[in-house]
Amino acid sequence: MLSLPPHRVLLALLLASALSFMLALAMGSVPGVLAALFDTTRADDARSAVLWQLRLPRAISAFAAGGLLALSGCLLQALLRNPLADAYVLGVSGGAAVGALLALLAGAGLVGMQAGSALGAFATLAALFWLARRSFFGPLHTAARVAAEASTGVLLTGVMLAAFAAALLSLLLSLAPDAQMRSIMFWLLGDLAGATDLRAALAALVLLAVLFAAASTQARPLNLLLRGDLQAFVQGVDVRRVRRRLVLVSALATATAVTLAGAVGFVGFVAPHLMRRLVGNDQRVLMPCALLAGAVLVLLADTIARTAVAPMQLPVGVLTALIGVPVFIGLVRRL
Amino acid sequence: MTRRYSSAAMPVEPAADATAIECRGLTLRAGDRLLVEALDLDIAAGSRWVVLGPNGAGKSTLLATLAGARRPDAGAVRLDDQPLERWDVQALAARRALLADGWLDPFSASVLDTVLTARYRLGEADRNGEQTARAWLVRFDCAALPGRDVRSLSRGERQRVAIATALTQEARLLLLDEPVAHQDPRHQALVIDALARLEAHTLIASMHDLNAAARLATHALLLSGRGEWLAGEAGLVLTAERLSTLFGTTIDALTTAGGGTLFAVRARR
Repeated sequence: MLSLPPHRVLLALLLASALSFMLALAMGSVPGVLAALFDTTRADDARSAVLWQLRLPRAISAFAAGGLLALSGCLLQALLRNPLADAYVLGVSGGAAVGALLALLAGAGLVGMQAGSALGAFATLAALFWLARRSFFGPLHTAARVAAEASTGVLLTGVMLAAFAAALLSLLLSLAPDAQMRSIMFWLLGDLAGATDLRAALAALVLLAVLFAAASTQARPLNLLLRGDLQAFVQGVDVRRVRRRLVLVSALATATAVTLAGAVGFVGFVAPHLMRRLVGNDQRVLMPCALLAGAVLVLLADTIARTAVAPMQLPVGVLTALIGVPVFIGLVRRL
Repeated sequence: MTRRYSSAAMPVEPAADATAIECRGLTLRAGDRLLVEALDLDIAAGSRWVVLGPNGAGKSTLLATLAGARRPDAGAVRLDDQPLERWDVQALAARRALLADGWLDPFSASVLDTVLTARYRLGEADRNGEQTARAWLVRFDCAALPGRDVRSLSRGERQRVAIATALTQEARLLLLDEPVAHQDPRHQALVIDALARLEAHTLIASMHDLNAAARLATHALLLSGRGEWLAGEAGLVLTAERLSTLFGTTIDALTTAGGGTLFAVRARR
């Protein structure tokens, strides 16, 4: 653990956010788009159309989705006391994909698919926490060993839900018509090409801010909850209330992110993990740092996905997984 | 073992002292096992109780119940004459601390940050937190540890950090589940002496080392694990005969050169 001064890391991350935004707006087949941001005289120019209708909504969506995934990953890791937890590992993204695919096969358009994915994400988290209700919202575990085993139980339940969602997905895919396969595949790997609505993107950004504010009011009790239910209760934390709130925040964050960007994997796990190594484990510091790191990660990954093999586009989830899997394996090997 | 003594035969404490915590008809179960039946206990402020009994007798369950972390299976517990279940979580944190059996350190954190979790109830404006934490760490021979990662500590060190954490909470009722667990002889003596010297605190500690218990205790509670219990002044309860019955093995009381008493478990043949 390096434990850099948190304010410096935060400052660096804010700077990185601004830079990656500029990069995202500047890069692409149409040059000079970034300049259109500061140019109010030629409002109906083609470049300003690219800016306001393509690049800016997409950049904001990528930033918001990354931030939401990292925030929910950070919360889930702390709630389950396990650095391997995130929405993707727990099957939430898989559940969202099943929901989206069902909507698509039923003939729904983009909005229907997004509604389906949000429903799928919520249903999976609801199933997870319902199955784990005794260890999560039941009586306190008075033995530390039992509390640790209960968290592992929740994680394993999530992994099984992910496997189940994957099986359902294979079933649906084998039934899907060939014509839709490509768009389905892109969605499954996480794709921001559909994010062209500036107002929706801004709404997601606002939601990110609201959820972050809600989560940060619980950061101190979460620090205590990390060290066991009984310990936290003895030191003055209302364990069940804190947990209910944070589960709700992480569910909303995950569902929104999945709706925006599809099943982008590993951000929720990589961002908190990298930041934990830089700033340590104080949730008050870790939460904002992980959020910004996740946001920058997805924004940069999407910019690369958009431009690397232009005019073709890669799904952003391919890039986050290419980064995420080695980090995941590295962490497991050290555990 | 006899079920209980009348208060006339065995006065719990002179009447002048205020009762910190009292149990009336407290019954504890684990699954369908009856651990403690109808326990009546008055714990006076400033007294130091040790709880002794075989493995699985319900010592930890009793401490968790007294801490308000689990409900009694029957009967009632009153803290400062208020039913325990009416205490608010934060107020309770200011009144009692618990050294639980075992600890979780799922992510790395410094010893100092870990001890400072005990100051949660005091909010962000807490000014004396670090000073208090460091003072208790020094008292329990952890002066070199504040900057260390808790996950790198030995069990004995981690246990003393946990004791310092409980004291940093600055609650006057201390519930300690096996405080001298994992301690080498020197540190066992150090922990017992430090605990015995606490003046403002009321202590209830479960223990397995009979001699350490005898050094610390003003009072003792014996739990058989089959419902029976015995409570009273340490000098009257901690006898070789009663301890032999309690643990189902022969325990001798030896007199040391200095006139003290040492308990020794006789080897089985």
